[in-house]
Amino acid sequence: MTLQGFLLLAAALFAVGLYGALSQQSIVMLMMGLELMINGLIVAGGAFWYYLAPQNADGQVLVLVAVTVMALEMAVGFAVVTAIFRARDVDTTDDAGDLKE
Amino acid sequence: MSVAFWALAVLAVAAGVTVFVVDSMARATFALLASLLAVGGTFLLIDLRYLGVLIVLMMVMEMMIMAVFMIMYMMNPAGLMPMKMVHNNRVAAIIAGTVFVLLAAGTLFTPWPAAKERPGGDPTHALGLSIMGPKMLVMMVIGVAILATMISTVVLATHKGRYDR
Amino acid sequence: MPSEVLGLAAALAALVWGAAALDARLGASPQSRLVGGGVARPWREAARLLVQQRRRTLLPDVLLTRIGVLTLLLAPVLAATVLPLGGAPVADLDVGVVWFNAMEVCVWAALWLIGWGANSVYPLIGAYRYVAQGLAYELPHMFALITVAVGAGSLRMTDIVQAQHGLWYAVRMPVAFLVYLVSALAMAFWGPMGQPLGRDLAGGVPAELSGADRLLFLAGRYAVLVVVAAAAVPLFLGGGAGPLLPAWAWTLVKTVAVLVLLVVARHRLPAVRMDRFMGFSWLVLIPLTLAQLLVVGIVVLP
Repeated sequence: MTLQGFLLLAAALFAVGLYGALSQQSIVMLMMGLELMINGLIVAGGAFWYYLAPQNADGQVLVLVAVTVMALEMAVGFAVVTAIFRARDVDTTDDAGDLKE
Repeated sequence: MSVAFWALAVLAVAAGVTVFVVDSMARATFALLASLLAVGGTFLLIDLRYLGVLIVLMMVMEMMIMAVFMIMYMMNPAGLMPMKMVHNNRVAAIIAGTVFVLLAAGTLFTPWPAAKERPGGDPTHALGLSIMGPKMLVMMVIGVAILATMISTVVLATHKGRYDR
Repeated sequence: MPSEVLGLAAALAALVWGAAALDARLGASPQSRLVGGGVARPWREAARLLVQQRRRTLLPDVLLTRIGVLTLLLAPVLAATVLPLGGAPVADLDVGVVWFNAMEVCVWAALWLIGWGANSVYPLIGAYRYVAQGLAYELPHMFALITVAVGAGSLRMTDIVQAQHGLWYAVRMPVAFLVYLVSALAMAFWGPMGQPLGRDLAGGVPAELSGADRLLFLAGRYAVLVVVAAAAVPLFLGGGAGPLLPAWAWTLVKTVAVLVLLVVARHRLPAVRMDRFMGFSWLVLIPLTLAQLLVVGIVVLP
């Protein structure tokens, strides 16, 4: 149990989440990928606090912010899915591509 | 301790991979929950008891809400008909693999400073003092962000306008 | 340590049986009450379920159902580990209140998994009802717990008991105590808040469970009820404090009192629809608990 161990875990979670966020068509699955990426961030924040800077609580505050970001990301994400679904009955990113026009 | 950490780490990553492998959306959601809970478990090993338990608390609630939306929007939530819904699978895998290799290399080859001596006392107490003192601005911004999110999500999600009920 | 674990296990088992027996007794018809119906019901029901053949629905998600049933039983037991039974609790966590809250939220996941796994309509509707009810009760419940923690200046259960030596928190913060009792009913999907298992849903969440699964479900549901009743004792009723009797006896007496109150409430109060409860909870209970928190915060300000 070392700093390297924690950071490897964080990197693995981040990479798995990135794969999901890039490859999934469904917006719900895409958000699961984003959650996994933030999960990796949380691990890294906690590990940095414990191993490098336990004197002040900055690392813990970072984790707290990341947890909140996760919740907000999900709330906004689902609201957007609901709005898109209501407007055109789709729930995948490919079908929403024309939003950029 | 070390065994517990590696067991939890393997569980977290394996559950994370499971999310994108299984057909059933319900299983995917709870695999994600397992990954998040494993991370909460690792926090219990490094004195972050408050944050670890808080992660368990928050993530269970979040995943329950996710389950509701998942069934609302997925055409195949139980995975009874096997189907794949991916695009750019190969490119995504390559990018994710590259990112992992880069991050892992950075982790292993950076000369991290040696661990400093741990101050005694309760980390939860330190966190509380911090967010009520020097880091209060962060918490205030978070509070405003939560309020803004609540308003914007309701505006986005409501079907009707402001005046008809 | 082993003696505390044994004590906790014995107390939980006895209280689960007691709650089930009292519930059966109160629900029994007057005729069957005369011949002693009720008290032996839990044992008969357990024996019947153990030998019952399992029914299966079409394409169930057995893995998720099993996880749900086990979680429903494990979550209250784990939540109970931070409750002091007179002396020290099994695990005297310094974040005991948060731990209790986290474990009791796991009941949401358990119920949803059971409702989902059967691949049947009524259980799933019941599960959704519980999630909606959970979102309604959770915030006032959290504020009530936070009020207690603020009053004691600690998240540790034993510190909270210590802080009530002068005056019980049930007296000092009555609003928080009442809100806790309401949310305890909702959390244990019990009585007026029992809609997830409503008769209009043919039994709701456990409708398709049979045999040993159903037995574990019932044990878990009564365990949740027992644990939320038991948690009221260290949080609001002064823990083991009391004259003459030893601390563990007082803890037990108070727990039984709260438990009887909750069980009787099931047979005396009408059902509440969870959408009405949602409105009431967010419009009335949350402001009330916030006001209570403000008052307590001002009082403890040094």
